[in-house]
Amino acid sequence: METFTIRAQAPRPLPGTRAQAIVGVVASGNLEILLERTGETDAVEITVETASHGYRTVWEAVIADFVARSSPGGIRLSIHDNGARPDTVMLRLMQGTNVLEKQP
Amino acid sequence: MIPQDIAHEPSWYESSARARIDGVLDPGSFTELLGPQCRIMSPHLALFDLPPAFDDGMIVGRGLLDGHPVAVAAQEGQFMGGTFAEVSGAKLVGLLRAAAASAGTSQTVSAVLLLLDTGGVRLQEANAGELAVSETIRAVLAVRQAGIPVIALIGGRAGAFGGGSLVASCCSRIVMTEQGRISVTGPEVIETNKGAEEFDSRDRALVWRVTGGRSRALLGGADRYIRGDVASFRAAARDRANPPAFDIDTMRAEQVRLEKRLERYGDCHDTPEIWARMNLPDPAGISEIDDAAFIERLAATGGAHDAR
Repeated sequence: METFTIRAQAPRPLPGTRAQAIVGVVASGNLEILLERTGETDAVEITVETASHGYRTVWEAVIADFVARSSPGGIRLSIHDNGARPDTVMLRLMQGTNVLEKQP
Repeated sequence: MIPQDIAHEPSWYESSARARIDGVLDPGSFTELLGPQCRIMSPHLALFDLPPAFDDGMIVGRGLLDGHPVAVAAQEGQFMGGTFAEVSGAKLVGLLRAAAASAGTSQTVSAVLLLLDTGGVRLQEANAGELAVSETIRAVLAVRQAGIPVIALIGGRAGAFGGGSLVASCCSRIVMTEQGRISVTGPEVIETNKGAEEFDSRDRALVWRVTGGRSRALLGGADRYIRGDVASFRAAARDRANPPAFDIDTMRAEQVRLEKRLERYGDCHDTPEIWARMNLPDPAGISEIDDAAFIERLAATGGAHDAR
């Protein structure tokens, strides 16, 4: 297992009122993401626990892209990854912010 | 082209445990206990360099079914094969004990729904998992003794194997689909121990024919056979009136039934042999026909063969 935390500043806070959400499953080639509102405005904190070692730079690139596209300000994301590909990770991240934003 | 009914009806087999709960209960009524944000996770998986899950693959809580409160537990079959382990087992046992204790109070539930999807005990924490299975069985029986039906819903990727099959067999009712499989020993384990000639675990048709819902429903190992869509599971869960009695007479009758079954079919090598001996028409075709045709044939055999 490799664990690391990536911090970023989002352009805006994420809209919506839902306090937390979970998306995905820890299955082979898949991941789960727990999203929680921290009460902060722009700070984003993403903790990754992954079974695949040595891909931190790829995670950083995907997350930078995600923060720019979804602007998840004030959200802490905790990830359990079981070897998901970057495109799957991106889809799950966007699914997660979508649930927090749109669902009650 | 995907047929209309498949395109518009989510499949139980393909759905996650959380999606199944949402599909079975009244919309928006589910309240999770010890949800993912509590981070009650397996302390053992890190030792094996395996990623944990926030809910340890077991989602428990309360909700409403037609406005009546129910307790519900769902295993996530895609995480570690939907295993019984220390934390997931404790969550399930806790839910069942709370349901039993609720009987006769304002907090009582009208049923406990077990959405089983499991290959059995999690090998990385096997002793705790085995204990969890036996504690679950005891707790299921306590719920039934308190007069609350426990309904097993089985139609997931992992089926109900090992301890999961034992737990299912202790429930008031078992609802199954063709893909839902129940067996104490899984196909791979049989093959490993007895060879592929005894049981070829890669032969999916064989696995479903023997352990699948059709075989179980015809032999009285499941009470209800349904199509594999989420809505059919909800409809089956709603039908929770008049559960079989949990008393010594029921147990004795079940013992007699099982002894007769073993005597009649114990020497059969495959299910079509059993179905031929049961005088069912076209026994070889039973695994081939569609669900609607099978449900008709099942009804023609005299209908519900009570699994208890």
